[in-house]
Amino acid sequence: MAVGLEHYLTVAAILFALGLFGIFLNRRNVIIILMSIELMLLAVNINLVAFSVFLQDLVGQIFAMLVLTVAAAEAAIGLAILVVFYRNRASISVEDINQMKG
Amino acid sequence: MAIATLCFYVFAAILVACGAMVITARNPVHSVLFLILAFFNAAGLFVLIGAEFLAMILVVVYVGAVAVLFLFVVMMLDINFRDMRKGAKRYAGVGAAIGIVLLAEILLVVGTWQLDPGLSGAGAAPTPAIADMHNTRALGNLIYTEYVYLFQGAGMVLLVAMMGAIVLTLRQREGVKRQRIADQVARSSKDEVRKVNVSSGSGI
Repeated sequence: MAVGLEHYLTVAAILFALGLFGIFLNRRNVIIILMSIELMLLAVNINLVAFSVFLQDLVGQIFAMLVLTVAAAEAAIGLAILVVFYRNRASISVEDINQMKG
Repeated sequence: MAIATLCFYVFAAILVACGAMVITARNPVHSVLFLILAFFNAAGLFVLIGAEFLAMILVVVYVGAVAVLFLFVVMMLDINFRDMRKGAKRYAGVGAAIGIVLLAEILLVVGTWQLDPGLSGAGAAPTPAIADMHNTRALGNLIYTEYVYLFQGAGMVLLVAMMGAIVLTLRQREGVKRQRIADQVARSSKDEVRKVNVSSGSGI
């Protein structure tokens, strides 16, 4: 059985669902939540590239590259915020992030 | 062809297994390492499908930069990760339900939907034949001509992210004594050296 578009889409769907599940499963640990978001973005990238190849259209790969850029920027900023938060509160638990609640 | 199919299943199986390990590993360092393995396998999938440039970018950017950044942060913060998992069971059921529903819905869409064969090659930038131009060159031809503004925008995003990360984490500590070479060089002997005439028999 040749590998078709559906196979790639299925893998991406499973990965996306895993990322979503990870956010619920590790809802205290911001680092794992960020990693789950990276997994979801990877799934989106797999989708984009698969469509790009099977539709013979290169724009999908360019878009995947932009998604990659934004994901890298998001990880850098997210981790920087995490480090600053840890300095102030000595904790990275999501439940402690409530100072702006008012 | 059979080998390509086998490779796809191997890469896909390891990718999904690594994704599961990322979210279930007890030690976040293990999570990061499994994330790296997941990215490697995704790069393998990209190579299989014929997107070599993105595969290499994935390895360089994600494994080389993002995952190492995660590793740094995980090792830098002194956190008891044992307590982090308390109460995880309470929400695991809801999370699993939502994840399974989402997965089922996506698979329903994927299973029933058909790709229109007429669409192939009718997009905005048809892929040139591999004999004419390889993937990297074709992408470069597009990025630096039609999508140059997007490319510059991506660069700006990265620049702003870099500056933001530096501004957020840079701190000036009070009460730290540093060597200030400029001040040392700018000192002149006129300001600092004092001649004292001491008369004999008495101290200063």
